Amino acid sequence: MKVTVRYFASIREAIGHGSEVIEADVKTVEALRDLLLTRGAKYQEALSTERAVRMALNQSVCDGTALLQDNCEVAFFPPVTGG
Amino acid sequence: MRLSVSIQAEDFDVSYELAQLRANDARVGAVCSFVGTVRERNEGSDVSSMELEHYPGMTEKSITAMMEEATKRFDIYGARVIHRIGLLQPQDQIVLVAVTSAHRGMSFQACEFLMDYLKTQAPFWKKEVTPEGARWVDARVSDDKALARWGIEIKNV
Repeated sequence: MKVTVRYFASIREAIGHGSEVIEADVKTVEALRDLLLTRGAKYQEALSTERAVRMALNQSVCDGTALLQDNCEVAFFPPVTGG
Repeated sequence: MRLSVSIQAEDFDVSYELAQLRANDARVGAVCSFVGTVRERNEGSDVSSMELEHYPGMTEKSITAMMEEATKRFDIYGARVIHRIGLLQPQDQIVLVAVTSAHRGMSFQACEFLMDYLKTQAPFWKKEVTPEGARWVDARVSDDKALARWGIEIKNV
């Protein structure tokens, strides 16, 4: 299925871009993260399971078990610091 | 119910916003507001400027959800949130949360609730420039604790 993946703040900087569309044959947000972790050192640094990485599916905060749908939008970002 | 959120690079005028929030609503007897500003020091370093990034779309959606939650918990008539993005300098205004109600208690509480919620759930990220270089601001465990006081156990840090 087609998934738009978005990255923000330190994660965006580590990966080197803010958005990409990928074809992924995976079911959950966690499985998508695992797939991205196989894409080389930049992804491993940015999305390492050692780091506090927050996730959102279709612009709502989710956990790794959230189910992907075709044309969905997944975002990975560090803990938020607004206000 | 008057609920509105703006994410903008421009500064805002607090007096104007408060006047708008209570205009033509004679039920209002209390207006409570919070303004967050850029400090010149953070974590022991001088801050010369700050850049605010956000997640367009999700930001507005998450803040609207917070305001709707506030209307369920507190007897309020309206709420206004403005959050700035882009490049800011020390002393600049960053955020406004304003709430109206009949009596002060509800608007004080709703204002604090919205700020606690926004700090840990709205997708904004601050990067500050210091003499040691630019750095992303770390989220604070104390902000998660502030939200937990309202019975909301969602972890940010």
